[in-house]
Amino acid sequence: MADTQLLLGLSFVLFALGLVGVMVRRNALVMLMCMELMLNAVILALVTFSLETATLSGAVLVFLIFVVAAAEIAIAIPIVLQLSRQRSSLDVEGYDRLKG
Amino acid sequence: MNLLTIIVLLPLAGFLLNGLLGRRLGRTFVSIVGCGLPVLAFFATVKAVLLLQAAGPDAALLEVAYRWASFGDRGFDVAFYFDRLTAVMTLIITGVGSLIHVYSTGYMKDDPGYARYFAYLNLFLFFMLTLVLGRSLLVCFVGWEGVGLASYLLIGFWFEDPAKAAAGKKAFITNRVGDAGFLLGLFLLYWALGTVNMDEINAAFAAPVAPAVSASLVGVLLFIGATGKSAQIPLHVWLPDAMAGPTPVSALIHAATMVTAGVYLVARLHGIYEHAPEASQVVAVIGVLTAFFAATIALVQTDIKKVLAYSTVSQLGLMFLALGVGAYGVAVFHVYTHAFFKACLFLGAGSVIHALGGEQDIRKMGGLWRRIPLTFGTFAIATAAIAGIPPLAGFFSKDEILWFALASEHGGSPILWALASAASLMTSFYMFRLLWLTFLTPSRMSHDTEHHVHESPFSMTGVLVVLAVLSAIGGFFQLPHFLEPLLPIPAVMESLEHYEHTFVYLAVAVALLGFVAATVMYRGGLARGEALAARFPRLHRALGGKYFIDELYEAVLYRPLHWISDRVFLGLGDRFLIDGSLHGLAALTRRASGRLKLVETGQLQWYVAMAVIGVVGCLAWVWRHG
Repeated sequence: MADTQLLLGLSFVLFALGLVGVMVRRNALVMLMCMELMLNAVILALVTFSLETATLSGAVLVFLIFVVAAAEIAIAIPIVLQLSRQRSSLDVEGYDRLKG
Repeated sequence: MNLLTIIVLLPLAGFLLNGLLGRRLGRTFVSIVGCGLPVLAFFATVKAVLLLQAAGPDAALLEVAYRWASFGDRGFDVAFYFDRLTAVMTLIITGVGSLIHVYSTGYMKDDPGYARYFAYLNLFLFFMLTLVLGRSLLVCFVGWEGVGLASYLLIGFWFEDPAKAAAGKKAFITNRVGDAGFLLGLFLLYWALGTVNMDEINAAFAAPVAPAVSASLVGVLLFIGATGKSAQIPLHVWLPDAMAGPTPVSALIHAATMVTAGVYLVARLHGIYEHAPEASQVVAVIGVLTAFFAATIALVQTDIKKVLAYSTVSQLGLMFLALGVGAYGVAVFHVYTHAFFKACLFLGAGSVIHALGGEQDIRKMGGLWRRIPLTFGTFAIATAAIAGIPPLAGFFSKDEILWFALASEHGGSPILWALASAASLMTSFYMFRLLWLTFLTPSRMSHDTEHHVHESPFSMTGVLVVLAVLSAIGGFFQLPHFLEPLLPIPAVMESLEHYEHTFVYLAVAVALLGFVAATVMYRGGLARGEALAARFPRLHRALGGKYFIDELYEAVLYRPLHWISDRVFLGLGDRFLIDGSLHGLAALTRRASGRLKLVETGQLQWYVAMAVIGVVGCLAWVWRHG
């Protein structure tokens, strides 16, 4: 089952890349893109397991995640647009006013 | 037909109407409701008495109004019980009560709290009727507490004056001490007998198998309750201060009715005291000591109402003496005559105070007989009645008390008789002193006061005349014989059987001696009395200071309690422990949150990092322990 391991390894690498991107990049748009990367990694893992166990539930979950991701982007992109309009900067370090 | 329930509820209706609507509907409405409903209650009582008389000498009317609580096969009912003893008390309460309501319409005419006053007065009548009509001790206790409340409200009626408000509180708190005894006695009776119905309690103690509880213990506990309500030593201190209330209140609550509740309680539960010689002895001794010492204090008081207040305490002492020697009917007889002449005296004093525009010091009175003759005439009749001059009412009841104090087989003794006779002598003396100084001696009023003296309106003098007539003829109704089917008259010692008439003459001689002594001393004014006081300064100071009982209580009870409340409960308990722990908790939370808030930087990536650390930590923990 080398394919499965390969696919899972790819999924892990994609996830790690996305996570590191979110943690170290300061540009809000790039952070969003990295989050998408993490979601895709998860989808890949789900599809892999779905193949492995020959069931459909994993594949069905994938469509659910698509919907969530689309909704997320639909909200996140306008927020990013608003931010860039207000300060003409997307550096998240400048946006710390939500702290308690 | 719920006649007894109606009697009780009529004054309550008056209280609600006057209390809720009185201020809006004006004085005429308040007067009609305030006086009309007690009068109706009086007529209802008369009807009940006629029903009772038709039913026979030892019959009783019984009415269950409401099931109060039930548990298992037992329960407490709000039931009303009407026998001859209740009949006498209810007639006094509604009869004298109605008269005093009518008098109040004149006395309180210009008071801004007119509606409130009548509401309270009706409330008092409601609770007093609950007290005497209740079949069970529990219902009686509700009335017992209720009259205490009404008394508190009426003593402090003019609550803007702190001294008067304080007098109300003193009465209330002193009564609480006695109530503790009442409650303990009640609990003990319920524990031992399983019932609190007073007729059943009496029957249980009369049964051949004695109940499993000491009659003396129960008797003494209930008597402690009675000492509070009826102002006996050592709880007598509240009654003289209670004179801060309006004078009709003093007449109704603190002379004629409420303070006799203790006498009623002991007479109602005579079944216990008949089988408790020790408790009876306590009652007799406390009674006679109260009668004696209160009379000595009354000798030197200069406030017209204070003299009457101590006189009331003294007369109540005589009633308890009668109860203590087993002459229950005689005690109720004295309650009945005392209600007439003491109400008449208080209302007469009220009329005097009214005439003089608020002056209460008898040293500043004198010569009033010509100016307010009707008040003087009624006051004189009532004075002669309380002094025991035959054939007025007080003579009959007081003579019988003295006789049974000496001759009763149930604890009579020459010492009791001697002390009671001395009290009786002093009663006669101080009452005639009051009469001389107030009405007969040359005037000592200031010119300004004298100018304004006027006789009271008819609503007041009419009541005085009715009460004076009752004080004069009330004694001819032989109440002890009327009550004999319920309250047995004790047997008389054989050795004394033939001397009853001798002692009647002796009692009359004592009363006349008091009259003569007062006349000699005070006919010419204050001079001789003051000369006597100057010769015995220490005695005069002790009497004038009421034996310094108030000061003693303040030093022994008030100060330590105040210290403990202030230092231990307030300082240590409230300020240090409770406030301290709460403040400490608050400070701890504030400091902790001050540290924790540093974590919240607002940096998104810091949050993400922490989330990752958390997830990795969880996974690692599961990996190791799962």
